[in-house]
Amino acid sequence: MQAGEVHTQPDLLDVDRVRADFPILQTRVNGKPLVYLDNAATTQKPAAVIEAIEQYYRSQNANIHRGVHHLSQVATEAYEQARRKVARFLNARSEREIVFVRGTTEAINLVASCFPRAGCQPGDEILITEMEHHSNIVPWQLACQQYGLRLRVLPMDDRGVLRIDLLDDYLTDRTRLMSVVHVSNSLGTVNPIKEIIARAHARGVAVLVDAAQSVAHFSVDVQTLDCDFLAFSGHKLYGPTGIGVLYGRENWLEKMPPYQGGGDMIRRVTFEETTYNALPYKFEAGTPNIAGAIGLGAALDYLESIGLARIARHEAALLQYATERLASISGLRIIGNAPAKAAVISFVLKDIHPHDVGTIVNHEGVAIRTGHHCTQPVMDHFGLAATSRASLAMYNCKEEIDQLVEALHTVIGMFQ
Amino acid sequence: MKAELKELYQQVILDHNKNPRNFHDMPDATHEAEGYNPLCGDKVHLYLKIENDRIADVSFTGVGCAISKASASLMTMLLKGRTVREANRLFELFHGLVTGELDPEAHADELDRLVVFYGVRDFPTRIKCATLAWHAFQAALENKKETVSTE
Repeated sequence: MQAGEVHTQPDLLDVDRVRADFPILQTRVNGKPLVYLDNAATTQKPAAVIEAIEQYYRSQNANIHRGVHHLSQVATEAYEQARRKVARFLNARSEREIVFVRGTTEAINLVASCFPRAGCQPGDEILITEMEHHSNIVPWQLACQQYGLRLRVLPMDDRGVLRIDLLDDYLTDRTRLMSVVHVSNSLGTVNPIKEIIARAHARGVAVLVDAAQSVAHFSVDVQTLDCDFLAFSGHKLYGPTGIGVLYGRENWLEKMPPYQGGGDMIRRVTFEETTYNALPYKFEAGTPNIAGAIGLGAALDYLESIGLARIARHEAALLQYATERLASISGLRIIGNAPAKAAVISFVLKDIHPHDVGTIVNHEGVAIRTGHHCTQPVMDHFGLAATSRASLAMYNCKEEIDQLVEALHTVIGMFQ
Repeated sequence: MKAELKELYQQVILDHNKNPRNFHDMPDATHEAEGYNPLCGDKVHLYLKIENDRIADVSFTGVGCAISKASASLMTMLLKGRTVREANRLFELFHGLVTGELDPEAHADELDRLVVFYGVRDFPTRIKCATLAWHAFQAALENKKETVSTE
């Protein structure tokens, strides 16, 4: 039976049924039921994904694309079917626009490495924002060093909202590309990405969307957004680690030189000259993560069986509940108070260090993340070294928020 | 509350977290260094005044969790007056204590007040919090200008 078929009320997510699909949620930690609130780092995997990967290795494993034997054809079809699922999931115009990579980080590195070689001149500018993950900062710094580009940073305000009012000043005649996060992993801010893209395009600037924290929480349509590139990781949307996607508009992918050289990305090789393979294979050198792509395809099937609209509603209600409960704790300050937020609550508790908070709540079975969340400039903005972060997924429920709140009271009790 | 958690967050540790001793900078330090834990962003800046191979004064500044702050605080108290060699021996013992390689009872006298950190061994992710100040101390002895990292 498909998970989606068990929902009797079409609008409501049956969280108990969803939880039953995730074997790891039965884990007990320190004698308490696991409360997994570290979903922005990675999500847990439904049985359907685990089984698809096992099934591949048990009965389909072979290298893809060039084998004429049975298994190679089966594996190739399974891998390419996963690509078609991704194309449908993002509403891409064609599978040629879907490049499999290791994750969001590699997708951004690919664009940072290849885009400047497709028409940037020294002195041209790349625009990012103050709330980017390190993976959307460092690749651009490397590109700037290599190609003589200049990195500019659109600031945010103290609620964690981008200063869109300044955007037109930051989009200059020299700006070639803007790389911007869709949902902030440390603040939860949902950026007005469609408006940003429209304004960038009005200035002839291409836009890369870091969708690592958005695709698991609400539906993302690359044609509606009109983005030039979009990157996400499989493991943050219930799929395996080591697989991710770069969506690239076909004309850009055609224009850009290859990222890595090797097998599968070529059409003909001689020692004098090599012609490259067609899209998207031009960007997939070497044997790819076949099992990972198939697992990702299974995760997308699972997501669609539940329905992203239903997931978004469930998580929005839970976020509101969690925000209210946490805000009612005396001495707790939520970091990131944008009007539009998704799935993430960062906070500091009195002057108690987040590392101590994390250790103590772990003893109550609660998994949260503590640290800078790979967004040190965000921490600098708020004058903090670290925060504690609870991040939600479709399988989380109110009882788990209550368990977190109770655990935080234990922390306060210890440090009194 | 769980026993291990109580052992980690002993009253002495919580007290030193709240009221760290020797928590100030030292303009006339002969040696100094900064320790940094990139996992959590904890920083400790360590100052030493060494006279005739003896630690005449020691202090620290920085931000950190209860474990790293209390460790730095207790370390400064215990280092004052020791020779560099004695201090290094104490770090060796302390390291053995928090990694669980050393029997605290067999070395109780030498470890002195540092025994309160024996609970750390049950929390492998927190060992680096406990040793951060000590790594900074060692870097300061070598007068390393670059920040030492726990990673």
